[in-house]
Amino acid sequence: MAAISIVKVEGLSKRFVVNKETSLRSRVVGRNRGRKHREDFWALRDLDLDVEAGTTVGLVGHNGSGKSTLLKSIGGILEPTSGAVWRRGRLAALLELGAGFHGDLTGRENVFLNGSILGLTKKETAGLFDQIVDFSGVEDFIDTQVKFYSSGMYVRLAFAVAVHVDPDLLLVDEVLAVGDEPYQRKCLARITEFQKEGRSIVLVSHAAEQVIQLCDKVVVLESGRKVHEGPAVESFAVLRALYAERSAVPGAAATAHTKAQSQAEIVLVGSEVMERGGVSRLSVALDIDLKEPLSDWAIELSIDTAKGLRLFTFDSRSASIALPKTRGLHRVTVSFAQVALGAGTYLVDVAATGADGTVLDRKPGGSSFSITAGGVGTGIVRLDPRVTVDARTAED
Amino acid sequence: MTSAEALARSERIASLPLEKVGQKAGVFLGFATSISAIWQHRELAFLLARREVKARYSDSSLGLAWSLVRPVAQLLVYYFVIGEVLGAARQIPSFGLFMFIGLTGWTYFTEIVSRATSSIVENQGIVKKVYLPREIFPLASLGSALFTLAVQAIVFVGAVAVFGGMPSVRSLPYAALGLLVLTVFGLAVGTLLSAVNVYLRDVEHMVEVFLIVFFWVSPIVYSFAMVHDRLGDGVGASLYVANPVTAAILGLQRGLWVAGAPGTGVVEAFPPHLADILFAVLGLSLVLLWAAQRVFARLQGNFAQVL
Repeated sequence: MAAISIVKVEGLSKRFVVNKETSLRSRVVGRNRGRKHREDFWALRDLDLDVEAGTTVGLVGHNGSGKSTLLKSIGGILEPTSGAVWRRGRLAALLELGAGFHGDLTGRENVFLNGSILGLTKKETAGLFDQIVDFSGVEDFIDTQVKFYSSGMYVRLAFAVAVHVDPDLLLVDEVLAVGDEPYQRKCLARITEFQKEGRSIVLVSHAAEQVIQLCDKVVVLESGRKVHEGPAVESFAVLRALYAERSAVPGAAATAHTKAQSQAEIVLVGSEVMERGGVSRLSVALDIDLKEPLSDWAIELSIDTAKGLRLFTFDSRSASIALPKTRGLHRVTVSFAQVALGAGTYLVDVAATGADGTVLDRKPGGSSFSITAGGVGTGIVRLDPRVTVDARTAED
Repeated sequence: MTSAEALARSERIASLPLEKVGQKAGVFLGFATSISAIWQHRELAFLLARREVKARYSDSSLGLAWSLVRPVAQLLVYYFVIGEVLGAARQIPSFGLFMFIGLTGWTYFTEIVSRATSSIVENQGIVKKVYLPREIFPLASLGSALFTLAVQAIVFVGAVAVFGGMPSVRSLPYAALGLLVLTVFGLAVGTLLSAVNVYLRDVEHMVEVFLIVFFWVSPIVYSFAMVHDRLGDGVGASLYVANPVTAAILGLQRGLWVAGAPGTGVVEAFPPHLADILFAVLGLSLVLLWAAQRVFARLQGNFAQVL
């Protein structure tokens, strides 16, 4: 079946006006200055997005990059300044747990109210009520006013209602990390179940592990624009690069960096896996542009899991490998005859360092590769177990 | 991974049209879609109204009984203090009931307007996080106003049983029409103000002041006969009854205040052609409600970011 989009975002822009006073007095008094004091802030700029039905899309980016604004625009809570959002099917937005919960009402009443807010009819809520209470684990307090609940109980009840609505499209904003660890596992299991049921999910999360585990596609946002869209692992590499760029301290470090950049630049990194006869070979090729002759420099290469766990680091200096010293573009290829890694996607992080160990250039997550050949078992390493069975006892 | 359920879902989704998110443009079509969206959420409006009423009386040991105490006290105060002590009853027969009727209508109207006005701001937690037809919130204020009205009605029936003066069935349509006008007009004003209040919080306070002033514009503590004495039959009187609240309260009194009904000897207690006036203001209120909803729809796009 051809892919059907459940959400289509076209040229979406959203402008916020900062510093706007809402009281009559400040409006009248500040009428003359008003225009000058207004400041436009574009939370989203000309953004396109397509969510295919049945897929899970993650939105990642810095704080204030427009993730939540995009989610709210999809949910219809914010009206776009320009552009349009198209959508089909039933929607449930989990932007905040327990929206509309009222402290003076009992848990039971709040379940019905919240269910109704999320689009369930009374009958549907009544039918799901036992499941909801069971999932929340607060059955002993269901007829207590929720103002007496602990914050954990409150959130769990709210989440339980939220995951029992029957949406085609679920919008989730950072609400998965509630409760204790067993409860979190339960929540994640529920989300996975949602995916199996063919529901589409758009989620915002800072938890990389969660996003990589759940999402088919991840969109990286930066200052309201879409920077990258692709598989989770790839997008996280882009995101990490963005973070690294951000955390580079302006001033001294920045000038050092530009100076370093003038000496050497990693132009391109590519990695390739060849699988033959159950053995995976990996070769990583990188093009390095030396802007001036360098007598002493080295390459650092690391392999990380998608979740950011460093598996392997290798330094050309400690391995006493001679590198070209002349100016110009050089291709360096690093190959591994056998990569005993389990199926999954891995990131390659390369850096060029100078004589004193200063980083000349770095491409965090500059390339990625996937191992598909399975073998038996799962995990990061591939161990190829061999099982032998000795017939010691005779069958009856 | 694709289960049968997932397949069925994707097929169903494929059959649905892509719809543009947000308010539909178009003055008449937009109104119709808004109304149908509100109708789909009627259960929620009911639950919100119930929440408001319940939250008001929760934690008090007498609970809902308190809602009865207030109107009873009101009725007794008017009967004794204003009616008997201050002597208003000399001009207006069965003054206690007369005033109670007018006041019930007025309270109903003010409760709709003032609750509706603050409804969006009060429910900002929901407005900012979940998309709903937001007209639900002013509409839910109607529920709690209806609750107060029902309690007042019980007190009224009790009072009629004690003091006498059971209204005749033939005049009841006036009262029903009056209530309808109050409801529609109140919703129109409330819906409009609830949206404006989001942008201009002063509205909430302005409404309070206006309601105090307008209390004296309708014949609640005085009778229409007194107005008629001053204004005669001219333009002034016409303008006076053109106020939907005034007309509605006159309708309520015509329907429920037996002592002043035509033929009882109270002259000019009601303007002529009251039924026509009531229908006219009802029509006016409906137009206003439609206009208010359109303004609301225009303003609600930015609610989530302004709140």
